[in-house]
Amino acid sequence: MPESFQVTPPTPWTGFLRQDGRKGIRNLILVIYTVECASFVAHAIAAGEEDTHVIGFSGCYDNAYAIRLMLALATHPNVGACLAVGLGCEYTQPARLAEVAAHSGRPSDWFYIQEQGGTRSGTACGKAKLAQLRKAIQASAVRTPMDWSDLVVGAECGGSDGTSGLAGNPVVGRFYDFLVDRGGSAVFEEVVEMIGLRDILLSRAATPAVAAELDLAYRKAESYCKAVRQYSVSPGNFAGGLTSIEEKSMGAFAKSGSRPIQGVLRVAQTVPHSGLWLLDSVPDDHFMQFGYTNPNDTEGIMDLISVGAQIVLFVTGRGSVIGSPVAPLIKVTGNSRTFERMNEDMDFNAGTVLSGERTLDEAAMDLMKMVGEVATGRPSKPEALGHREYFVMYKHQDTPGLAAGCHA
Amino acid sequence: MTAGTTDLPTRTRCFQVHAADNVATALDDLAPGPVHVLGVAAGQTLVATEPVALGHKIALRSLAENQPVIKFGVTIGLATAAIPAGAWVHLHNCRSQVDERSSHLDVKTGAALDTLYA
Repeated sequence: MPESFQVTPPTPWTGFLRQDGRKGIRNLILVIYTVECASFVAHAIAAGEEDTHVIGFSGCYDNAYAIRLMLALATHPNVGACLAVGLGCEYTQPARLAEVAAHSGRPSDWFYIQEQGGTRSGTACGKAKLAQLRKAIQASAVRTPMDWSDLVVGAECGGSDGTSGLAGNPVVGRFYDFLVDRGGSAVFEEVVEMIGLRDILLSRAATPAVAAELDLAYRKAESYCKAVRQYSVSPGNFAGGLTSIEEKSMGAFAKSGSRPIQGVLRVAQTVPHSGLWLLDSVPDDHFMQFGYTNPNDTEGIMDLISVGAQIVLFVTGRGSVIGSPVAPLIKVTGNSRTFERMNEDMDFNAGTVLSGERTLDEAAMDLMKMVGEVATGRPSKPEALGHREYFVMYKHQDTPGLAAGCHA
Repeated sequence: MTAGTTDLPTRTRCFQVHAADNVATALDDLAPGPVHVLGVAAGQTLVATEPVALGHKIALRSLAENQPVIKFGVTIGLATAAIPAGAWVHLHNCRSQVDERSSHLDVKTGAALDTLYA
């Protein structure tokens, strides 16, 4: 195992202590709609409100996975208060979402649009409730010192090209080593982008039990890809020089760094203790016919936020113009050309490692400084641009409950 | 990684990750002609036989049909034709061992050719 780079990390910062003991780097209000029919009003409520983000679920029929994901975001460390907005006919219950958020100590409220009268009256009702919630979290905010050991960082890559595996992901991987060595938590995902790397993945397990967990997750991802006849590789990846999923996998896996993997997390499961973790967002075997694992980058980023990541790193060689609600997104590219062309959206250029301007360790330490600044409150570029893309889908990771639901 | 490489002429740089690799990744849009290798085999040169775009792969030595294409020290695919040293290695001469669909994509854009739009 390589020695950690010995330099002084950025000074600790001040965060927000929640009643459940979690520590956030933002103090946000989250508006959650419970069916597509309520989405317009939910966005109208949040319009012009700097501290308010929106997520929601489009389906009328409920889904255990989607509810767990929304609850994980409602009780996320960066979220101080929650407002659930329903139409009134759907299965997903806004009152129950608000109840769980309130139980975690977060001021919360909810209403049905049908009971308020419609678009304008529903929006007015929501705006009034929002003002009350803001007053409540401003009055009760508890500031707390935070350092690297309080931080959970997620990493995902998308729009990868031939530079992602050479620079973007290795720089994130080295930063992950630094973070883990300072007691922080690092989460990576995309098991479908480890196809071909079973032995390499298993060799990173912290214990034999973890190796068995990793093997299960790997085999599930492999059979999933075979079943849907789609590997996690896109036209942009090929155009960017990646020829096969095996090649993309090796590049993607580099973002995990070199520290031992502590275990496999499921979506919406809070990180149990510090260290490096693999997030499994692949649907369980029985339900594979019902949907894709990560249909787009935004969906994967939501999964990382659901395990408690206060900041997410997004590595994109080709460039991207997405952001995220709840946790700021920091966009990293290993492609200097992309960094120059899309400078208004890209936060960090890891391509300087390839040109010889910085070593891998220097670039990773610069990335760590940037993460520290964003944790301190400086908005990342997508955050400042107002990007708040989200995606909550029907998915099933419900094998433990399967027996109870199969007696028909 | 290698320092002191910023003074190399542009359009001539590629990067070899692992000593066992038989391909390197273009760091510039390579024109046919001399190419400098950075990374694990820094200091070596080869001759590009055709243009290779940034992020794409160039063969470091000649490969026979069905020979493994190696990058990061692992097999990332098999050669589907003989590949001369200095040639562009991509979908037209290399295939995944697991993903059948990627052998049916447009070699320039990566767009799927097996999807109907009618």
